[in-house]
Amino acid sequence: MNMMNSSRKYVIRLTIILVAAIFVIKLFAIQVLDIQYKLKADSNIIEREVRHPSRGLIYDRKGKLVVFNAPVYDLEVVPKDVNLKDTAAFCKLFDITQEEFAEKLDAAKRYSYVKPSIFIKQISNQTFATVQDFLINYPGFRIQPRTNRAYTRRALANALGYTGEISKYQLERDSANYYRQGDYIGISGLESMYEDQLRGKRGVRYKMVNVRGVEKGAFQDGALDTMSIPGENLQATIDLDLQAYVETLMKGKKGSVVALEPKTGEVLCFVSAPTYDPNSLSGRDYSRNYSKLLSDTAKPLYNRPLMGIYPPGSIFKTVQGLIALQEGIITPETRFPCDRSIISCHGPHSYEDLKGAIEVSCNPYFWNVYKRMLNRGVSENTFEDTEIGLKAWREHVLSFGFGTTLGIDLPNEKGGYIPTPALYDKLYGDNRWKFSTIYSNAIGQGELQIVPLQMANLAAIIANRGYYYIPHLIKSIGDGGQPLEKYREKHYTTIDASHFTPVVEGMAEVVKTGTGSYRAKLKDIEVCGKTGTVQNNGEDHSVFIAFAPKDNPQIALSVYVENGGQGARAAAGIAGLLIEKYIQGCTERTQMEEYILKGDFYD
Amino acid sequence: MYGENTNGRIHFKRRFLRLREQNNFINRLDWGVILLYFLLVALGWLNIFAVVFDVQQQDQSIFDISLNSGRQLIWIATSVGLITLLMLIDFRFYDSFAYLLYAAVILFLIFVLLFGREIAGSKSWFTIGGFSLQPSEFAKFATALAVAKYLSHNNKAFESIRSQIILFAIIGLPAILIILQGDTGTAMVYSAFALVFYREGFSPLLLGIGVAVVVLFVLTLFIPQLYLIIAVVVTSFLFIGINTKKTKRIVTVAVAAVAVICVIVSVDFIVTDVLKPHQQNRIKALINPDADPLGYGWNVTQSKIAIGSGGFWGKGFLEGTQTKFDFVPEQSTDFIFCTIGEEHGWIGSMVLIGLFVLLLIRITAIAERQKSTFARVYGYSVAAILFFHFAVNIGMTIGLFPVIGIPLPFFSYGGSSLWAFTILLFILLKLDAHRMQILNRAQ
Repeated sequence: MNMMNSSRKYVIRLTIILVAAIFVIKLFAIQVLDIQYKLKADSNIIEREVRHPSRGLIYDRKGKLVVFNAPVYDLEVVPKDVNLKDTAAFCKLFDITQEEFAEKLDAAKRYSYVKPSIFIKQISNQTFATVQDFLINYPGFRIQPRTNRAYTRRALANALGYTGEISKYQLERDSANYYRQGDYIGISGLESMYEDQLRGKRGVRYKMVNVRGVEKGAFQDGALDTMSIPGENLQATIDLDLQAYVETLMKGKKGSVVALEPKTGEVLCFVSAPTYDPNSLSGRDYSRNYSKLLSDTAKPLYNRPLMGIYPPGSIFKTVQGLIALQEGIITPETRFPCDRSIISCHGPHSYEDLKGAIEVSCNPYFWNVYKRMLNRGVSENTFEDTEIGLKAWREHVLSFGFGTTLGIDLPNEKGGYIPTPALYDKLYGDNRWKFSTIYSNAIGQGELQIVPLQMANLAAIIANRGYYYIPHLIKSIGDGGQPLEKYREKHYTTIDASHFTPVVEGMAEVVKTGTGSYRAKLKDIEVCGKTGTVQNNGEDHSVFIAFAPKDNPQIALSVYVENGGQGARAAAGIAGLLIEKYIQGCTERTQMEEYILKGDFYD
Repeated sequence: MYGENTNGRIHFKRRFLRLREQNNFINRLDWGVILLYFLLVALGWLNIFAVVFDVQQQDQSIFDISLNSGRQLIWIATSVGLITLLMLIDFRFYDSFAYLLYAAVILFLIFVLLFGREIAGSKSWFTIGGFSLQPSEFAKFATALAVAKYLSHNNKAFESIRSQIILFAIIGLPAILIILQGDTGTAMVYSAFALVFYREGFSPLLLGIGVAVVVLFVLTLFIPQLYLIIAVVVTSFLFIGINTKKTKRIVTVAVAAVAVICVIVSVDFIVTDVLKPHQQNRIKALINPDADPLGYGWNVTQSKIAIGSGGFWGKGFLEGTQTKFDFVPEQSTDFIFCTIGEEHGWIGSMVLIGLFVLLLIRITAIAERQKSTFARVYGYSVAAILFFHFAVNIGMTIGLFPVIGIPLPFFSYGGSSLWAFTILLFILLKLDAHRMQILNRAQ
């Protein structure tokens, strides 16, 4: 028996050693060979906390704050820690129904049992003040401060744009992989154009958490952490007071007002009417307010200065005159009879020179000018001759920034349209059209289409006597104090400075002696302007471009009032008040203000 | 003068002999085992501190008795007292009072079942003052003594069915009582006596069948029933094919095959109807912890992550993150090995396993050198119980064994288990130190 059992003692020892060997081998496999446990251990304890940079602020040209970041509070929940005794009281406190509560909690649980997820978004400051004392009674719920865009004035909504959660589509297009789901991004206006400058740089903090998600200090003492860099502040070219004033003037009207500083291309005011409160598209009521604005028949979201494509009307006669002078087909002294059999006209005049023709807006005069421009006998064939003429004319027109987008720092800019021979070939057939087919262009009708921003730019070009800077709304980014490169570049038209004099003189006369445009006339400032009336199915659209003072102009502008009747009636009045307010800082013409304010120009 | 002198000399001689006897006792103690014991206890204590250590609290003391590490130090100190006591008790006591101790423990187990306190689902605790005591821990050494005693006066125990039944009853009784307490894990420790029985001449065939059933049971969890049955049938035919001449062999193989197939078919029934849901889950977690890593797979998954993330050298003392941030459950007690794995890596794990192997081999060697059956059987019982704890405890933390809540001897936090293991081990050392006298007495 002892013999047998002594062999068994070795079996027993062997068993012990065998089990130990299996353990050592298995341990080698999971500790040394398999690295996935290390990764899993890290993902267990490391929580990546994004440090959101504060978004850049926007100031107006005088340094007044326009856009800032207001604190809002998200209520977060960690389902694991929730221990609610009185759900009804909780729901009452946060103003949600019990069903909503259950639904939100379920969603949070589906996301993670131990990680925080947002329970209620964007609790306002007031609600936060009332609930923060009660939060201690609700384990598992906590407040996460965040910021929302907020606006100091109820103005400039159409230019500022708004921010919101990044869409799926934008996420997919984000090739730099900067954004994460739930990030806020500029969606329109300056917020989207200057997104890269405003957003700043995200920082990251790696912290260690225990199994309940409770923080246990920095991972590797913060060696991998990065600080967030706040976004750059922007200084806008807009004069916020002026902007608000003009928005008030435009109340009850549809249209746009754009004012520029001619010497720099800086946009002083940028009004689209009707407008809306920028605060309404920030915060938790965003979707409700957005759909309300979207369904509004007056289209408040339609950014008229950039998107409203209209025929320019009579203001285009200034361009016709300038091109003709440059081409040498007329001189300032050239006169044409006001032959109303070829095209209708208005007012008592019969045989004007260029200055007079602009002053009285003589249609036959510019019919003749345009005919000379298009048909110069270069070719025997009238059709071909017209085509050559149209091409040469179009070159000049394009140099005014017409026909293509100017490149303002706002999205959704439209370029309008300057007709090409190809268009007429398509409309009428090759060699089937000539001057008499397309003469409407002579007086800014026909196939011409421009947007109000281009009209204001035209005023600036005339004010500058031949050049312009691309209009822009941001004059200084961060501490650099410079606008973007492309806004520092002078663009010359094809017209020599000397040719502007008769046109400027004519425009000065318009304001001095014109029938409706006297509303733009000011006591101490010599205003140059040009009215336009664009035929429409209902009441005509009213257009007015102007700059002032005549010498060394400080402001150039366009006013476009839809259905505003004779251009002078509404548009010139607004232009006058705007110039006065900008140059003198105030207006004494309260009667004019009242006239503009009470005028309801659409229903 | 002379007489006085002789008297004095005799007196001196007596004193000298007594001194020598004491010296002999000290010398005969197995200091290797004692060294290993204190090494394991001390390392355990350090690791318990590593578990409770909080990175964010600056001056935490390992001696703070509000922490587990401080309390464990009290258990260690009292264990040293216990050891002294055990050494002072006459070695004949254990032999003589083996059945009485056993009976007392059984009574305790019944008492605890009736009046005990329920902690974590098992009703196996007595609470006296602020301390909780777990009688089932102490049942182990008492049962070992009883088994040793029984085998010491039944030389041919494994040749009679009756004495085999009595033997199985001795280990079965406490096991059943402990199962009734709801602590299946501790009850399973009693299966470790199979190793003792094997050493003492129990048929390896029956043991082999027992092991085979367990292996088969586990296999059915991994492999579809049908494949197993096909495999059994094919193997049977192979056996028969080799020995076609012997009809007896054919019958034996056929019967065995049918029995095996019965076991396979019954597994489904056992798993779904006999085992409790949490026991089923532990088996499922062993097979595929990834199926529900946040649910029943949590313990095993997190335990493996903690150990696996330790790498070759480990993260360093007090640098573990998984154990420190509570990802591993029961980390001071049942999952204490995770701390070793995480903070001391493969090297540390290997050292710990090495210490246990040394201890276990040493104990089997001590058992082998006993002159009396009683001491030898007791020695193997100690080895078997410690081995079972060691194998199952570490096995479960690295996903080789279902999660069974039993502590790592000398290492895990807990007074009852440390005391019980200390008693278990030092009774053996006491018996060992007197092995020569035991021999005399037996003769």
